[in-house]
Amino acid sequence: MAFTTLLIALLTIALAFHVVASQRVTKARNRGELFHSLPNYYGLWAALLGFLPAAILLVLWSLIDIQLFQHWVRDFYPAEIHAAGGSQEVVALAKVENLVAGVRFGEPEAWVVEASNAWTAWESNSTTFKTVAVLTLSLGGGLFAYRKISNQFRARNAVEGIMSWALISASTIAILTTIGIVLSVLFETIRFFQLVPPTEFIFGTEWNPQFEGAERAGSGGGEAKYGMLPMFTGTFLISSIALVVAVPVGLASAIYLAEYASPKVRSTVKPLLEILAGVPTVVYGFFAALTVAPAIKGIGESLGLTVASESALAAGLVMGVMIIPFVSSLADDVITAVPQALRDAAYGLGSTKSETTRQVVLPAALPGIVAAVILAVSRAVGETMIVVMAAGLAANLSFNPLDAVTTVTSQIVTILIGDQEFESAKTLSAFALSTMLIILTLGLNFFALQIVKKYREQYD
Amino acid sequence: MTDHQFKGLSPQEATLRVAASLKQRRKREKRFRLMGLSAVALALTFLAVLFTGILSKGLPGMFQYYVELEVELDRARLDPAGDLSAASLYSGDAEALILEASLSSIGEEGGRKLKKALRKMVSSGASIRLIEYVTDNPKQLGTTQRIKFAVDDDIDSFLRGFIKRETPEKDRRIDDLTIEVVDKWQQAGLISYEISDYLFFGSASRDAEMAGIKGALIGSLLTLAICISIAFPLGVAAAVYLEELAPKNRWTEIIEININNLAAVPSVVFGIMGLAIFIVTFGMPRSVPLVGGVVLALMTLPTIIISSRAAIRAVPPSIRDAALGIGASKMQVIFHHVIPLALPGMLTGTIIGMAQALGETAPLLMIGMVAFIVDIPAGFTDPATVLPVQIFMWADFAERMFIQKTSAAIIVLLAFLITMNAAAIALRKKLERRW
Repeated sequence: MAFTTLLIALLTIALAFHVVASQRVTKARNRGELFHSLPNYYGLWAALLGFLPAAILLVLWSLIDIQLFQHWVRDFYPAEIHAAGGSQEVVALAKVENLVAGVRFGEPEAWVVEASNAWTAWESNSTTFKTVAVLTLSLGGGLFAYRKISNQFRARNAVEGIMSWALISASTIAILTTIGIVLSVLFETIRFFQLVPPTEFIFGTEWNPQFEGAERAGSGGGEAKYGMLPMFTGTFLISSIALVVAVPVGLASAIYLAEYASPKVRSTVKPLLEILAGVPTVVYGFFAALTVAPAIKGIGESLGLTVASESALAAGLVMGVMIIPFVSSLADDVITAVPQALRDAAYGLGSTKSETTRQVVLPAALPGIVAAVILAVSRAVGETMIVVMAAGLAANLSFNPLDAVTTVTSQIVTILIGDQEFESAKTLSAFALSTMLIILTLGLNFFALQIVKKYREQYD
Repeated sequence: MTDHQFKGLSPQEATLRVAASLKQRRKREKRFRLMGLSAVALALTFLAVLFTGILSKGLPGMFQYYVELEVELDRARLDPAGDLSAASLYSGDAEALILEASLSSIGEEGGRKLKKALRKMVSSGASIRLIEYVTDNPKQLGTTQRIKFAVDDDIDSFLRGFIKRETPEKDRRIDDLTIEVVDKWQQAGLISYEISDYLFFGSASRDAEMAGIKGALIGSLLTLAICISIAFPLGVAAAVYLEELAPKNRWTEIIEININNLAAVPSVVFGIMGLAIFIVTFGMPRSVPLVGGVVLALMTLPTIIISSRAAIRAVPPSIRDAALGIGASKMQVIFHHVIPLALPGMLTGTIIGMAQALGETAPLLMIGMVAFIVDIPAGFTDPATVLPVQIFMWADFAERMFIQKTSAAIIVLLAFLITMNAAAIALRKKLERRW
């Protein structure tokens, strides 16, 4: 693998520069010359200039060259593929790439062989040029740094300057990630709205993108509909069930742990509850699908009710259990933050502990508790694996917890799992759903933050 | 002073009323307390139910049934080319030898029907196992050896009692003839129940009895290696900048808002970003640990940044002042004093972030790590899957034995997570310093 080899080569060069530069300064110092900085900084200076620019070039080159090849290889496609465009081009590219990787399915067409030969040639050229360019830059940078070393040169300041830029760029990763998330859903969402009008998407009550293929092939069978309401009612239903479980249990246990429990009980129960939060969601999903859903179906049917085998109730209950520690630890923080003086005042007036808690502590902690509940809602809305495994895919517009419903996240996963065509409205609809999901969760978050900001009591 | 009329109760009346209400209030107090206690008990019950459910299914899943057959290691038939090469062994007749061994184990010559039944009773991986045996023990060629083979997953389910003898033959997955053979094997003491070597050393398979988690486990480790090598340096660097160097201005505020927002973004969204940016735009391959690790790194970054900042904030300012006072530069203060002192806290946060990444499934589904991959991944750009995704895939398979294997895989995953979290707690306890 050229990339790793080159990276190791760069590190070796950098290390060599470090040794050479710091040795030179050490020797000069031993002769009695005065230097601005310690020898180590001269070494670091040479090593950094020998490594950083070359490493950046290496990474960029490696990311960009495939793009170029994919662009150039289009010239090899026969005219009819160009004419068909879209998915045909994707297939053509896959054919070429497979052959380049040495995978043969039957006898490839002549143009595929030609294209893959050209590709291989580009690849080997690119690797040669890349190696030469990166190594030259590394040696050049290191030599430049080495030649700059003198008694007057402030190596420490230079190294610290580079380091502080490195720290600043690390902190911008958060912004880049946000931009990445927004851009990655934005363009596809806009393309989706060119195919399906936004009003139809937002207010539509039917969701059946699986007819998309049939519709395009013209084989009939139904019309693809992209109304997001069934998913949002499903999400709403499952989240509500989860909250009905998580909020009372989480809040009551937070109150008990904060107000009643002895330190010993508290220090054992809290980590135990946090285990619930650490269990991977796929485990909850497995548990919901395999244990809870059949149990609910059994109980429901013995009562004479019709229960879907993948009911919203099962997914909601299990999701509720998952959120309990989330609610309880957030609420616990808020309750313990209420100053003891308020409690003491209430006790002084003769209140019992429960009266103090209900009438003094909880009202004081209310904004924080509301914020915790909203964050829990946001968590439930974004939860994916439990609903993928236990809630099913039937897009029913239903508020009956015993029906099968589907959610935004489970539809996103179902559509985007495996191979996709980025031309079809079906694939694009997943991006539109993601946009809605991001807006919803970030909105909830923002709302929670505002509540805390607005109603927080300043006690000192 | 005024003719304000005192409408309250007299002290005597008040005392009486309080005394009368006391019983009620104490009752209410008790009820409230009991409510809290039962909530805690309920939450702990959920925990217990979840773990007993997983353990009761998963522990049996660590074992499976084997049948011991006396196989004649015929040199000519096993190794036609005679050079013990893989090509020669795989062109050999291992399958027929195993069939003969199963026939002789029940002392029959065998009709067509019996042969057909027997072929389905031993795992389809048996011939591979026999070939491996020969490769490992070439000297045994030409002798007759007793070798253990996994039984087919239906036989396994029958031996566990999930497939019942009482069920009418046509509703059963195995026929009466098969059951007869199993009975004979059991009477001859050939069936044994042992720790499943396929589970830990096998990789993904459609045959439940051969399915294992080795590939997924290695995939998880490779993915985590990428994740930690990106998320830890970046997270620590970002935390250092924000706590020690950043001026309080609009730019820093934007960064902080972004970090908090990213912590709240659903994990599946990170997967969509990975799909759109790394796979579609940058043309990186699907289902590789490299892309998975990068996506998980971006996802865990907020966790690491937030906990690293808390750790840096806990380093008392007097240490910084002392270092600055004897002439250290700002960077020297940071790299020689603040970071080493804050390191335990940073590592704790990182381990917790890694545990989160290890259990994450949804974003990896988006970047195609859900593919069915039989080969054990050897590098960061080999197609791979990870443990949680393997669990997700197995949970979808209908065979009864996959439920046990899934639960067994879950136990392995939970064991890893609990070890990581315990390590984080131990690290915090051991290195925590009070100033």
